[in-house]
Order: sequence, then structure tokens, then C-alpha cells
Amino acid sequence: MTALLEVEGLSKRFRGLKAVSDVSFTVPEGRILALIGPNGAGKTTTFNLIAGVFPPDEGRVTLKGRSLTGLKPNQVCAAGIGRTFQIVKPFGQLTVEENVVVGALARERSVETARHQARAVLERLELADQANRPARSLTLPDRKRLEVARALATRPTLLLLDEVLAGLRPTEVDRMVGVLRDLNRREGLTILMIEHVMRAVMALSDRVVVLDHGEKIADGAPAEVVADPRVVESYLGAEALD
Amino acid sequence: MIGLSGVGFSGVTGRGMVLLVLTALGLAVAPLVADRYLVSVLTTVLWFAYVGQAWNVMMGFSGLLSLGHALYVGLGAYVSAALFVHFGIGPWAGMILAMLVAVAAGCIIGFLGFRFGVKGVHFALLTIAFAEVARIGFDHITWVGGSGGFFLPVEAGASDPLNLRGSPLLFYYVALALVLGALVLSRVLLHSRLGYQWLAVREEPDAAEASGVDLFRARMTAVAVSAALTALGGVFQAFYFNNLFPEQVFSMGRSIEIILPAIVGGIGTLVGPILGAFILTPLGELLTFLIEAGGLDLPGLKQLFYGVALVVIVVFRPEGVWPWLARRLRLVRQPGEGA
Repeated sequence: MTALLEVEGLSKRFRGLKAVSDVSFTVPEGRILALIGPNGAGKTTTFNLIAGVFPPDEGRVTLKGRSLTGLKPNQVCAAGIGRTFQIVKPFGQLTVEENVVVGALARERSVETARHQARAVLERLELADQANRPARSLTLPDRKRLEVARALATRPTLLLLDEVLAGLRPTEVDRMVGVLRDLNRREGLTILMIEHVMRAVMALSDRVVVLDHGEKIADGAPAEVVADPRVVESYLGAEALD
Repeated sequence: MIGLSGVGFSGVTGRGMVLLVLTALGLAVAPLVADRYLVSVLTTVLWFAYVGQAWNVMMGFSGLLSLGHALYVGLGAYVSAALFVHFGIGPWAGMILAMLVAVAAGCIIGFLGFRFGVKGVHFALLTIAFAEVARIGFDHITWVGGSGGFFLPVEAGASDPLNLRGSPLLFYYVALALVLGALVLSRVLLHSRLGYQWLAVREEPDAAEASGVDLFRARMTAVAVSAALTALGGVFQAFYFNNLFPEQVFSMGRSIEIILPAIVGGIGTLVGPILGAFILTPLGELLTFLIEAGGLDLPGLKQLFYGVALVVIVVFRPEGVWPWLARRLRLVRQPGEGA
């Protein structure tokens, strides 16, 4: 089992505040890894460090052995990482399809080909019937799906999902979990996801990494991690012990 | 699917296409029935329609607010005029250098703005600063007349299209060609890979970058294209009016006049700047006429009315007149109506 993504000793401070402190983990190829932890634990900062939004103070990120440290977001995208945003960022005035076309154009020069690819991705995410609507008119669950669709259209080898299930109703969570599992099982897409919906984390992930105050406090199989007293104390809540 | 409306790519209906073609034909034959005055007004309309489209490439497509577009007009005008007066190089050749100089100026502004994260209103201030520096600077460049003005030789009755010397009719058709050319170019660009990237950058720069768009490159290209097109407008202006004064060409007022058609017509739309120019210039002429007819010759009255008219348009049609008109007259397909 080879590591697709390796994160080693990643640290980032914001004006003295240690947002991420010496975090290391690996994401094996073809697996789903969940990054969990309380609010402010540094999950999104870790994502941003991987995606090139800002450079780490220390540490490095490699994808298939190639260093991503210091690359800009568009270069990280070109290297094979697609990402979604926790606070969704659709191109509001463009249609749903045009949003996804932008993603597809990351690897495609022809707009026509990109459009075909975008349609296929929209089918996949069950958004095809919304293709011609302006993105700003979508409901939140659909916007979340659009985030995934746009990221997927960049044809990533690793997909970073930042709370794509937050704010969804249980039936919608199940629908999205189904789509993600399908992408992983059938197409071998590797996924690194930040998620609070534990039901989905347990259902999807092969491995769970827990952050608290910017530090990694647990790393292992889902069942082990949720039984870890430190994780229970810091994140899941004491009542989960009962 | 031909997207001539909306801020995205919504398609034009058959009716819209017919109207577009009829308008173009109407403009092509207009001089046959129009008198000299009307031709000159229409030429002004077309000039603003053209530079409005050029400005729209930056603001409308890429979300970059330039309030100093007079800079590119002025550079285009002065470079082509200087080449003509001092070296006898005609405007058709001179425009190449004129565009290059404007692009170079745009790239300097863009580099400073995008490298150092100067955004939004602050970027707009940067564009004003450069235009102002040029205005003051050209006052002192005596090689091109300084503040006393730079004049192109005029021969009465000359007809030399190769040097853009000729009757007002020649200029009318050149202006019309510029407008139609810019319209076609804008549409082609907007539907290209670059166009999608521009709109993505305009809407959500972070998401665009995460989708593989090189922000710096996309924005620099927008500035370069816009500057080059605007410079052509400057070349036209130099040879049409035959005189250039830094105080006019580079003025802040001129920069604002350039952006008004797009704001009134609809920022980011292909037709908006053209429609805006057709509303604003005749409105200005009408006001002049009414004020003269009414015998109310108070200084600034025209500007006052003009300002009020603008406020009315912007308050009631903040997205611009074109998107509203296109919807009302069913000239475009609405999103969701299918392609």
C-alpha cells in the first residue's frame, strides 16, 4: 500500500497562534481518510496548507513523492489535488454546468470537450437537471454537491472535501455518502475529508486522524479512534463514554 | 448558442438575432439618410460603445475595476499621432506600437496590483494614479506639444484612407467596424477557455485558483486585451479630432465617460456597453438642445441633468438596462429554458 499523500511535520502560526503544530499523516492510495476534531482544531488550516493557499512555516507535503510545498493553489490543482470549500464558493452568476466546465478546463484546452466532461460529472453528482440554472439559485445541499462536482471535474487523484455533509438532512447525507463511496470504490479516487458527521465518517473512512488545538492526538482505524479516551474527551464528548 | 446577454452565457433567441442584424444593417446605411450632425453624433456614440466594450473586458469579464482608462486612450492617441507627425508613419502601422505601449503600461499597473495584492477599490486608485501621472507628464513633453496641445496636419478635402485622412463618413465606418469587431472579439473571448477563467476569477478568485486558474495570468491577460483595444480607440480619436490636449485626453472625466456606457447598459454583458452609449450620448445631445431651446444658459446645467438621468437609470436598473430589456423583449433565453 503506497502513500499517495504524505504530510510531514506541518506547522503554521497566525500571529503567534499555533493553528497547526507538527502534524504528520499519510493518505494511502485508493483510501478514504477522515480528518476530525473540534472547531478551531486546525483542520481547515491543514487543508489550506496542502492546497497551497498559504505556505507552511515548517514541514512538507508530497503527492506521489513529488513535493507540493510552496506551490500555489492552481499548481496544486494541476498536480492532482481537487478541493472543496467549507463555506461554498460557487461562481454565482454562471450556470451550474459552466461552474463545472471551469473545473474541467484545468486539464482540458477545448471548451467543447470540457463541456462533455462537465455533463458527465453532473450526472454523477445528480445535478444534471439543474445544469442550466444559475449557481446562485441552488439550495445549500445542491451547492455542496456543486463544490464536489467542480473539484471532481479537475480530474484529481486526491479529493479534499471540507465538510461537504455539514448542514445536510440525513437523507441528503446518505445520498452524498453513496456518491463518495462509489467514486472511491469504482474509480479508486483517494479522498481526504474533514467531517463532523460521525455517522458518515464511520461509514466511509478507512482511517481517521484527530486534531485538537492544532496537534494530532489520534490516528488509526475508525473504531479504535472513537474508543480513544483522549478523542472522546476533546471531541466526541464525555457522554459518548457511557 | 450565442451568448450576447446576461453576465453568463445565456443564449440569444431568434428574435434577438434578427434585432441585432437589423441594428447593424441600420447603422451601415444610416449615413445615407443622416445629415452631417447626426453622423457626428453617431460616430461619438460608436466611439463610446467601442471603448466601453474594451473597458468591459477588465471590469465586466474579470472583475477588475479600472477608473483610469483614459490612460490607454491617451497613450494610443499620442503614440500614433507622434509616429505620424514626426516620422510619417500612418495609423494602420502606428496602431501596433500604440497598442504595445498601452499594453506595457497596463502590464506595469497589473504587475504592481496583482503581485502586491492591491485589490478592488485600491486597484482602481492605482489605475487613476497612472492616468493622472500621464496627464501631468504629457503636459511637459514638448516633443508632442506639451500642455499647448499636439496637432495633426489637416488638409481640406483630403481623402487618404491609408493614413486615416478623409471625410467624417470614413470615420463613421471605421468606428462602426471597431464596434462590431470588439463585439465579435468579446464574444469569442468570453466563450473560450480564457473567458471561462475570467468569469470564474471575477466571481470567486479563491475557487477559480483551486480549479487550476492562474490568477495572475488571467488578470494580466484581461488588462492587456483591454489596454490594447482601448489604445485603438485612442488612435481613432487622434486622427478624428486632429488635436490632443493632455488635460482632455488623460482626464479623470474622460475615464468616467468611458465606463458609464457599460454601467448604464450592463456591466459584463456583450451588448450593454453598446446600448449604454446609444442611451447616454443622445441624452447628452438632447439636453444640450433643450437647454439652448429653453434659453437657460446656466453653466453646468447640462451636467446636472445628465447626473440626475444617470442616477435614475442606476437606481432603477442597477444591473444595467440591457439585461432588463433583453428579458422584457425576449431577446435572450432565460437560464433554465434550455440551450
